Amino acid sequence: RKAKAGQFIMVTPTEHGERIPLTMADFSPEKGTITIAALEVGKTTRELGTLKAGDKLFSLVGPLGLPTHLHKYGNVVSIGGGIGLALMYPVVRSFKQSGNHTINIVGARNEKLLMYESEIKSVSDEFFVCTDDGTKGHKGFVSDILKDLIAKGNKIDLVYAVGPIIMMKVIANITKAHNIKTIVSLNPIMVDGTGMCGSCRVIIKGETKFGCVDGPEFDGHEVDFENLTARNKRYMPEEQIALRRWQGAK
Amino acid sequence: MADEVKKEPRKIVPKKYPMPEQDPKERTKNFNEVPIGQDAQTAILEAQRCLQCKRGPNRKLCMDGCPVEIEIPAFIKQVQEGNFEEAIKIIRQKQNLPAVCGRVCPYENQCEGNCVVGKKNEPVGIGRLERFLADWERKEMKKGKIEVPPSTGKKVAVVGGGPAGLTVAGDLARLGHKVSVFEALQYCGGVLIYGIPEFRLPKEIVKAEVDYISRMGVDIKNDFVVGKLDTVDELLQEHDVVFVATGAGLPDWTGLVGENLNGIMSANEYLTRVNLMKAFKFPEYDTPIRVGERVVTIGGGNVAMDCARTSLRLGCKESVILYRRSDAELPARREEIHHAKDEGVRFELLAAPLEFIGDECGNVKQVKAIRMQLGEPDASGRRRPIKIPGSEFLIDAQTVLIAIGQSPNPLVPMTTPDLKTTKEGTIAVDEEGRTSKKAVWAGGDIASGAATVILAMGDGKRAAKSMHKYLLGDKSWPSPEVFEKLSCEM
Ligand SMILES: Cc1cc2nc3c(=O)[nH]c(=O)nc-3n(C[C@H](O)[C@H](O)[C@H](O)COP(=O)(O)OP(=O)(O)OC[C@H]3O[C@@H](n4cnc5c(N)ncnc54)[C@H](O)[C@@H]3O)c2cc1C
Ligand SMILES: Cc1cc2nc3c(=O)[nH]c(=O)nc-3n(C[C@H](O)[C@H](O)[C@H](O)COP(=O)(O)OP(=O)(O)OC[C@H]3O[C@@H](n4cnc5c(N)ncnc54)[C@H](O)[C@@H]3O)c2cc1C
Ligand code: SF4
Ligand code: FES
Repeated sequence: RKAKAGQFIMVTPTEHGERIPLTMADFSPEKGTITIAALEVGKTTRELGTLKAGDKLFSLVGPLGLPTHLHKYGNVVSIGGGIGLALMYPVVRSFKQSGNHTINIVGARNEKLLMYESEIKSVSDEFFVCTDDGTKGHKGFVSDILKDLIAKGNKIDLVYAVGPIIMMKVIANITKAHNIKTIVSLNPIMVDGTGMCGSCRVIIKGETKFGCVDGPEFDGHEVDFENLTARNKRYMPEEQIALRRWQGAK
Repeated sequence: MADEVKKEPRKIVPKKYPMPEQDPKERTKNFNEVPIGQDAQTAILEAQRCLQCKRGPNRKLCMDGCPVEIEIPAFIKQVQEGNFEEAIKIIRQKQNLPAVCGRVCPYENQCEGNCVVGKKNEPVGIGRLERFLADWERKEMKKGKIEVPPSTGKKVAVVGGGPAGLTVAGDLARLGHKVSVFEALQYCGGVLIYGIPEFRLPKEIVKAEVDYISRMGVDIKNDFVVGKLDTVDELLQEHDVVFVATGAGLPDWTGLVGENLNGIMSANEYLTRVNLMKAFKFPEYDTPIRVGERVVTIGGGNVAMDCARTSLRLGCKESVILYRRSDAELPARREEIHHAKDEGVRFELLAAPLEFIGDECGNVKQVKAIRMQLGEPDASGRRRPIKIPGSEFLIDAQTVLIAIGQSPNPLVPMTTPDLKTTKEGTIAVDEEGRTSKKAVWAGGDIASGAATVILAMGDGKRAAKSMHKYLLGDKSWPSPEVFEKLSCEM
């Protein structure tokens, strides 16, 4: 009912579960529903993957975070990678509704992992696909296409990037050299998602910000990506343990 | 009666009857409660130490020290006679969370501080009696609907389900109003559920207290962040009055170099992972937590004690508290400091951190600190710590917990433009808890800054009385100038 593009929710699948942040890929105020899409990377997301229609989640909070700042920028290039594609759809749809010329680049490791392709395409003025292994579209990275667009002299007023940290970092480096305003949607580790703990803190222009209240979107040129990468590895061993234990029980 | 007492003066038992505790060596290996609680026989004996004093013109009694005005001598009298059910009923008239307050109140400065027996001997153990009765009730009494008067048809919205919010909910439900509590997290309880650890306050007890309140017909809406879902203005469209009790949940940071290294956490993140998410039972529960061999906690309040003691239970080899003043100024409750010392927490007093030093992977490995000495008293009356030049030293640490304070949650003030706040970010209120916005009250840590459970409940009590008066038709409201003044004065 209150959801806006760029916002997320915190989900806890079961009473023993952890709280994980997921972006609303779609929402319908009329039907009172929201759609989320999750990539199975670990225990919690795999457990979500086993739920059936009609199952209930233990807890769901949101919308959280600040919505995307919508505005008529002109030519907007939006780039999504992997699970970032699900996060991207409501944002690009809103860009389109705000009267922008939308150029959308979607990428994934292979064709099977491409999601929301037709939805994103339906709100694109120009649309590009790439896969790491070349099973669909351009073989290579989303950043190749961006470089290409810039090299061809396209006027770009805004770049929006969401996906793996490394991808957002590469994009931000490219656009910085050309002085193109860039927004990235960050994915720090969260616990409460309401600004109470600082688990999600990120360094923006040398200052500490909370991803869940000040973000998740930030100016890509001001983000300390090294710190974010290091912080997101904090619980890698534990994540492995949780996953293995869960798989063992199945 | 008085004659009888004269004839046969009652022998005063000088000390409280002992409260059995888990052995320090054993208890650091588990998250079970440290004090075990008294049995019925001991509770009756303890109650018999009470003299049943009457209030006199110049005589302060136990109940004058209680922020929620429990009729202490009356309930103790029932315990003396073994009428536990009557006794807990008397407490329940005023107190919505007796099992909680019987555990975490600083009663040494409140009811027990005023006890007449305490003038020469140890005061009557009022806190432990309250705890005993609440525990007895939870075990022995039937769980059913709790009778409340017929509905007044008035609707109340409470924002935040901590002690302040739950008190208002309980008091107004008891007067027949329809109350809904809006809570951001998946459970109500506030700090009681995410902050104070299991070994001081078992979460089952908090949940039972919340359950009691919902059995009075209070509608509890968890997972509801006010300001993100409905704002206060939107709540006012469907409710006659609103009480804001969102607490002081925003962690303060040192701002020192290296604070974003891995292994450095706010006390809130640490305690939330452990208490709310039960990370101490990982991987049975999904939320992970990690502590290194040595944990350094920065701060000296209840929060710091809780962090340091939790770390021991999570298996660190050494747990150190770094505090910039001396032992006498430690703001934590004395009982908690003793417990921490007994368990082997090391106190590094008169020392402050300067910088956090990390390794090549971005993990913290050392804290650079400096020794302090105490100078002249500052505005707060406490002696100001001053750095001793050249006294820098390094402590190894794989985990650093920042417990230097909390600030008010800004979300509700931010999304309610006509709510006046002070410089510190607290909501400005008058003595009844009324805010600058008509039909909106506030209380607890959001109005006072980080304080105590019982003060939050006391705020709730006063606000509930004022809200009740308003709901019955007295709509008077202080003039805006009052709040202008309040917000500059503070
Ligand atoms: C604002 C935001 C929006 C997001 N939206 C989506 C989405 O729409 N769809 C989606 O599939 N994923 C989304 N994510 C990422 C998603 O939260 C993680 O994939 C999920 O938490 C992993 O949980 P797990 O138990 O399956 O994996 P784990 O085994 O716990 O971890 C696998 C990976 O997920 C990361 N991760 C783990 N816990 C968290 C956490 N609490 N917060 C952030 N990252 C974490 C770890 O760094 C690790 O790299 C979003 C993250 C953020 C911060
Ligand atoms: C670790 C720790 C130990 C402590 N130990 C003691 C002790 O031993 N004795 C003692 O007396 N005091 C102690 N205190 C202090 C005491 O817990 C607090 O003073 C008290 O809890 C304040 O109550 P409150 O109701 O104002 O706020 P809180 O308990 O903070 O509750 C506020 C509630 O509001 C919710 N909320 C916040 N924002 C929103 C929103 N926008 N919408 C909906 N809900 C929202 C929060 O999730 C929370 O549940 C301790 C505090 C901490 C952190
Ligand atoms: S002051 Fe002490 S002795 Fe007197 S009534 Fe209260 S508890 Fe009993
Ligand atoms: S997740 Fe706790 S402050 Fe952002």
